[in-house]
Amino acid sequence: MKELKLTKYIGPSLIHLFFWLFTIVSLVPFILVFMVSISSEDSILQNGYSLFPSHISFSAYQFLFNDFSEIAKAYGVTILTTVVGTVVSLLITALFAYPLSRPDLPFRRTLSFYIFFTMLFGGGMVPWYITYVNMFDLKNTIMAMIIPNLLLSAFNVLLMRSFFASSIPESVIESATIDGASELKIFFSIVVPLSLPIMATIGLFNTLSYWNDWYNCMLFIDKPELYNIQYLMTKTLTNIQYLLMKSNSSAQVGDLLAKMPRETVRMALAIVGIAPLLFAYPFFQKYYISGITSGAVKG
Amino acid sequence: MGKLSHFRRSLKKYKWLLLMTLPGIVYLFINNYIPMYGVILAFKNYNFVDGIWGSDWAGLDNFKFLFNSQDAYIITRNTFLYNFVFILLNLILSVFVALLINEIKEKVISRFYQSTFLLPHIISMVVVAYLVYSFLNADSGLVNRLLIKWFGSEGISWYGEPKYWPYILVIVNAWKNVGYLSIIYFASIIGIDKEYYEAATIDGASKWKQMTRITIPLILPVITTMTLLAVSGILRSDFGLFYQVPMNTGALIPTTNTIDTFVYRAMIQSGDIGMSTAAGFYQSVVCFVLILVANTAVRRINKRDALF
Repeated sequence: MKELKLTKYIGPSLIHLFFWLFTIVSLVPFILVFMVSISSEDSILQNGYSLFPSHISFSAYQFLFNDFSEIAKAYGVTILTTVVGTVVSLLITALFAYPLSRPDLPFRRTLSFYIFFTMLFGGGMVPWYITYVNMFDLKNTIMAMIIPNLLLSAFNVLLMRSFFASSIPESVIESATIDGASELKIFFSIVVPLSLPIMATIGLFNTLSYWNDWYNCMLFIDKPELYNIQYLMTKTLTNIQYLLMKSNSSAQVGDLLAKMPRETVRMALAIVGIAPLLFAYPFFQKYYISGITSGAVKG
Repeated sequence: MGKLSHFRRSLKKYKWLLLMTLPGIVYLFINNYIPMYGVILAFKNYNFVDGIWGSDWAGLDNFKFLFNSQDAYIITRNTFLYNFVFILLNLILSVFVALLINEIKEKVISRFYQSTFLLPHIISMVVVAYLVYSFLNADSGLVNRLLIKWFGSEGISWYGEPKYWPYILVIVNAWKNVGYLSIIYFASIIGIDKEYYEAATIDGASKWKQMTRITIPLILPVITTMTLLAVSGILRSDFGLFYQVPMNTGALIPTTNTIDTFVYRAMIQSGDIGMSTAAGFYQSVVCFVLILVANTAVRRINKRDALF
């Protein structure tokens, strides 16, 4: 009896302790990067990176904001590709998923297999790359960062199909058809408004993957003015000089490099790069969690 | 004749619905089906001037070249072993975490935990590379500074020593994915009918008994599906994890090279189209076979959970 009380008492607090540790482990790397970004360069050279910097200084941010053009351009590319990509991919996904959810559609099984097979077998990266570069000439175009991600996964289509099939009452569609509404009208004015939860989920997944994409930029883009923010970050992590690329004269670059707070400016760029995501996270985490959850329990 | 006109009528009736699928059909054709055809490059001596059609046939030379090199063995071993450890470790950790979240009755606090440990999952591998660098870079990284301060040791050149990377990559992978996986398992735990637990409590079953006799057996189908799906992709790897996180460092290649990074390097850095296509083809075929095997296995266990 005594033992039972003890486990009752210890159990929950141990669980909370575990989760606090887990939370700390999840957050500490972000805090470290942030702390380094607001440290003075001297304190880094002396004491290394620290969660508790001895001298706080915003010179790294000043350096970045002094000439924001490079970062602003990369942001612009990221925002453009994210907005266009998300909207178009959501449209293509929904337009493909909706007919598949109609039980009487001709070729329904063929169309399902057509998309499903892409989950099973792929040509691999090289033929895929050559298709885009040689057949469609997408190298060094904004499109190269939009098109390859459009149908992220066949899985999204299947997820949406199950949502349509289970949540749109057959009778609503039937009565709209009797009233003489066209299929397109039914889709846009009845199906889409009734499907906002799944639209939000898939839209969020797409937004995140466009925002986080560096792979397509690395593969298809050579021109620095077309770099997105993730790829600018990649380049800068290994070679700090990439931040200064707009300067044409190498003497000028050398001069700027000498004045640059190297260690802290890297981390400041990382913070500038993830800040929008971190600020938006509290607002979308609810939908994100329910999105993952709805994907897990397959309908 | 009647059948045909019925078919025509139904085509006409569904004309708009069929047209709606057209963008998706065209897109999949370009993005997925043309590259499938492109695997014939694995059997050709590709040159950019003659293109896919015009280049000379090479027979199995690309494959011979690939499998006679040391690389084929190393990249297969790395990809396979890393994924094996990832699958096992992530499964244990995430089911454990899911069982624990389920014990937290305060909804607000549970939500808070879930959103913080999901945070690593939403960031890109580029950011992860920054985070890892802030811990491991040789001069000022947190780990070395602490090693020097606490143990008076020299500090380790993390980006120069391949032997540490299997551990680093396993930790980074778990850090990024356990939160996400545990939420999937947690979702299926919530889906369990409360009546089972009520009945068990009346029968006097302890928490532990309830967990081992009710919760785990009832989420086993989800665990099986997730695991078999992961197993079927055991020759694929997270390119970002193996390329970005080690910062494409040459010295680390012995322990960080996987089939995906090998294919990328062979194509971009050495321009060897034939061999890199062959490596990708080898990966796709093995994965395809594994998916078929995994699916058959799932069907045997529980038909409902099968992929197809």
